Formats: sequence, C-alpha cells, structure tokens
Amino acid sequence: MKLRILGLLAALLIGAAAPAIAQTAPRAPSMAEEMEVQALLRGTHIQGRISIPDEKAATLIQPEGREWRAFHNVTLAWVGGIAVLGMLAILTVFRLSKGRIPIEGGRSGRTLLRFNVLERGNHWMVASCFIILGLSGLNLTFGRHILLPIVGPEAFTAISQWGKYAHNFLAFPFTLGLVVMLLIWVKDNIPNARDIAWFKAGGGLIGNEHPQAGRFNGGQKMVFWITVLGGAVVAVSGYLLVFPFFFTGMEGMQLSHIIHSLLSVLMIAAMLAHIYIGSVGMDGAFDAMGTGQVDLNWAKQHHGLWAQEELAKGRTAVQPPGAKASGAD
Amino acid sequence: MARMKFLLDAERCIECNACVTACKNEHEVPWGINRRRVVTINDGKPGERSISMACMHCTDAPCAAVCPVSCFYTTADAVVLHDKDLCIGCGYCFYACPFGAPQYPRLGNFGSRGKMDKCTFCAGGPQADNTQAEYIQYGSNRLAEGKLPLCAEMCSTKALLAGDGEIIASIYRERVQRRGYGTGAWGWRTAYRETVAI
Ligand code: HEM
Ligand code: SF4
Ligand code: SF4
Repeated sequence: MKLRILGLLAALLIGAAAPAIAQTAPRAPSMAEEMEVQALLRGTHIQGRISIPDEKAATLIQPEGREWRAFHNVTLAWVGGIAVLGMLAILTVFRLSKGRIPIEGGRSGRTLLRFNVLERGNHWMVASCFIILGLSGLNLTFGRHILLPIVGPEAFTAISQWGKYAHNFLAFPFTLGLVVMLLIWVKDNIPNARDIAWFKAGGGLIGNEHPQAGRFNGGQKMVFWITVLGGAVVAVSGYLLVFPFFFTGMEGMQLSHIIHSLLSVLMIAAMLAHIYIGSVGMDGAFDAMGTGQVDLNWAKQHHGLWAQEELAKGRTAVQPPGAKASGAD
Repeated sequence: MARMKFLLDAERCIECNACVTACKNEHEVPWGINRRRVVTINDGKPGERSISMACMHCTDAPCAAVCPVSCFYTTADAVVLHDKDLCIGCGYCFYACPFGAPQYPRLGNFGSRGKMDKCTFCAGGPQADNTQAEYIQYGSNRLAEGKLPLCAEMCSTKALLAGDGEIIASIYRERVQRRGYGTGAWGWRTAYRETVAI
C-alpha cells in the first residue's frame, strides 16, 4: 500500500514538474511500472476486482508465469534429459562391463511360485499404465523438439491429443494399481537391518558377494517405495492438474505441475533400471512376473531366505485328506 | 511494418466495459470466455484505477515458449496468434501468460479444456483472411481490412489505445505531459520489457 502511494506520488510529482525537469532529472517509475516490478520481486500478483464470474480474471498480472516458463523449458528439460539419458548410459555401461547376470549353477529345473495371478496382473496393469503415462508425459516435454520435426505439426497434434486422453484416463487404473500394490506387498517391504547389509555388499551387483535377502531385497524394497510413495505424490499432483483450478489457484497449479513433472522424470529413470534388471539384465528374473514360477537356483541366489522359507513351508505342508505316506503301499 | 501494441491509460478508463462487450459481439465469443476484461485495482481506495486487459501480444511471448505443440506464431505486425487446429488444450499457455489471456471452453472429460481462445488483436488466425472458417474459429479479421481492434476503436474515453506501438506511446506521452500525471503504460514492462518514457 505504502509503495503504491509512493509510486502514485512519484508519478504525480513528475507530472507536476514536467516537462522542463523531466528531460533532465532521472525519471521516477510510474505506478504501473512500480507495481509490476514489486510483484515480480515479491512473487505476488497484481490483484483487483472484476465484474465477471471468473475469479481468475481478477488477477491483472501474475509474474510467476516467468519462473514456471523457465522451469518447464529449461529446468525440466535438463533434469529430464539427464535423468533419462544418464540412466540409459549407466545401464549400457553396466551391461557392457558385467554382461547378463547368470543363474549360478544354471537352471535346476525345479520352480517356486513367486507371484500369483493377482500379483502379476496388478503389476502389469501398473507397469503398462506407467509406460503410457510416461511416454505421453515426456511427449509434452520433449516431443516438440524430437517428434514434431519428424512427423509434422498435424500428426504431432494428433499424437499429443491422444496422449493427453490416455494420460488423463490411465491415471485411474494406475492409481488403483498402486493401492492394490501397497496392500499386497507392503508386509514384505518393511526395511530392516538385512537391507543395510545388502546395500553395503552392493546388492551383489557391484562386488562379488552374495548378500542374503528375504522375499524382496534392499533394492526391490527401494523400487517398491519409490513406486508407492512417488506414485502417490505424482497421482495427487496429477489429479490437481486434471481438474484445473478446481482445488487450487494459479500458484497451486504451477506448483503441482512442477512437482508432478520433476518427480515423474526421476521415477522414469528409476523404472528404466528396474525394467533392465527385471528383463534383459538378469537371467531368470523375468519369469517371476512372466509365468510367476522362478527357478529354485535363481531363488536361492537372489532371495535365499525367502527360498528357504518357501521350501520349509512345503515340507511342513499339511497333507491333503486321504493322502498316503510314501512307501505305505 | 508496425509493431502492434495495446496501451491502457488508466486515468481515462471509467470501467464501462464497452471494450469487453464490443469484443464479445464482434467475434461472437462464446459464454464463459473473455478475451478482454476490466480489472479495478485499489477498489474504493485512494489510487483506484480500472485497467482493461487482454492479450498484450508480448515480445518473446511466454505462451509460445511453453506450448508443447508449438502452435503459436507471430505475424509481421508482431501480433501473437495461434493455430486452433494444432492446440491440444493443455492449459500450459495460461500458466505462463502474465496477463491471464488464454481462455478455454470447458469440454470433454473431467475439467479438461477445449482449444485455447484468446485476443487476436482482431487479426483472425491462420485460415485465409476473412473467410467463414476463420471467423468461426477466431472471429473477425479487422486488421486484414485495414482497421484496428474494435475494443479500442469503441472506447468512448479513448483510454484504450491499440495500434503501432510508437504512435500510441506518443499519444500517451503527450497526454501525460499536457495533463501533468499518469500511472504509466499498464503491462508494458512485463510484456515488452520497456515503458513509455515521458
Ligand atoms: C496417476 C495419475 C496421473 C495423473 C492424474 C496425471 C496427470 C497429468 C496432467 C493433467 C498433466 C498435465 C498435462 C496434460 O494435461 O496432459 C501431466 C503432465 C505430466 N505427467 Fe502426468 N499424470 C499421472 C501420472 C503420471 C506418471 C505415472 C508419469 C510418469 C511416468 C507422468 C508423467 C508426466 C509428465 C512428465 C508430465 C509433464 C510434461 C511436461 O509438462 O512437459 N504422469 N500429468
Ligand atoms: S499476453 Fe499472454 S497470451 Fe498474449 S502474447 Fe503475452 S503471454 Fe501470450
Ligand atoms: S493450450 Fe493449446 S495453445 Fe496453449 S500451450 Fe496448450 S497446446 Fe499450446
């Protein structure tokens, strides 16, 4: 208020002294300039009253748009580019130096059920949604630099429009899948002392030791929590974006977008590593989410404690009624 | 070629909303969309001013910079226009625009936005000048007919000026010098990184 009056006074003073002095004395800023500069420096709006129902229209000038622009065009592009390409580079180097991680002693031919149908179905629902959400999101960040020059403006708009629909609709099965994932797997993903030892041993990837692990090892627990917690934040911020200005105002929308897109690109990088190790990176790993049956030797190598438990369960299993002891007849 | 700009002399604006009405009518802008609006700051207090605001056709336009489908273009008159056939209604231009100019019809699923609409400086869009197709999507193209934006032409107090930036700045400068005061060219610093030196 004080500044506004000062600005007004300054404007009035110049006016009164004009034109003789105005040409020689340094010009004081006008009220408009003063308010624009102050809003910019303080990150506030120039706000007023409006006679139409759209409350957003009462903001005359919102200088934060400038920061949001810098975020979207510069920060996000760099962070996203480095995260995604950097992770691909790391995985390539890893692959070239260590090759595919083999099953020690080869396949035994005996298998254990690792994930049942519900677990696998839910995993693939979340995974396929994630891939499409990720690609359609990245398209908004990088598409105009990469895809647009290749396919041309009309085709690019068609792709982006479908991407937007997919992004909006797949948000729902994705979120549902995250909730189910949390419910069915949280009990096996509570961090414990064994995970610290697992990380100290480099997860068996970097050194040559074989750290012990239960159903999920330290790295998998990390993937779980990145997915569940990161996914929750991405989902909440995403819903704020899907329902524009419904729950929040301009700052809220800009902030939601910043959180959503930054966390998303980081999650995409993390998931690239997860996809690598679950498919081409490790022999025997894909079966867990493919058929659900993993080789016993793979299980002993990577989830020794879990394999022991499962085998013990098998031994103490209650006999089905009518079963005869072996050699009884 | 001229560098087209808007300039609002807040000392003259009486908040009659004629510019808003003229714009709505000239381009048959649908309900819920306002290409131009009048905002009153310091309402009822000393220093109260009403400012008619629309797209300022910025230099280095923020909307164009962030658009994920790059559907904006700048005409030879420095008017910032966009192609509705390419827009996907993502709303990013509204987050970046300092003046709240981009508007969206509510369409489709959730609160999702239809194709963005904003002030065209009465210069239509990428369709052929003054065709029905252009009119339906963007409104009339007065610039192609050699006329200036209707909002400013209609303004009874001539608070709202539209046209070649040099010319409207000199009109404003002369007014301020003659009457001895003025609150400055609203939005100019933000849109054009310059102000009108008095
Ligand atoms: C779970 C619910 C999700 C919802 C509701 C959601 C919603 C949105 C919305 C509304 C936008 C703004 C752009 C637009 O209108 O299309 C957006 C941007 C984005 N989303 Fe999502 N999203 C979700 C999940 C994800 C996931 C899992 C990823 C990554 C794998 C992702 C990646 C992105 C990226 C990178 C952007 C920003 C692109 C840019 O601005 O350059 N989103 N999201
Ligand atoms: S006022 Fe807004 S919509 Fe108009 S050119 Fe500037 S940033 Fe773009
Ligand atoms: S709403 Fe349309 S014009 Fe605006 S940034 Fe998105 S695609 Fe571009």
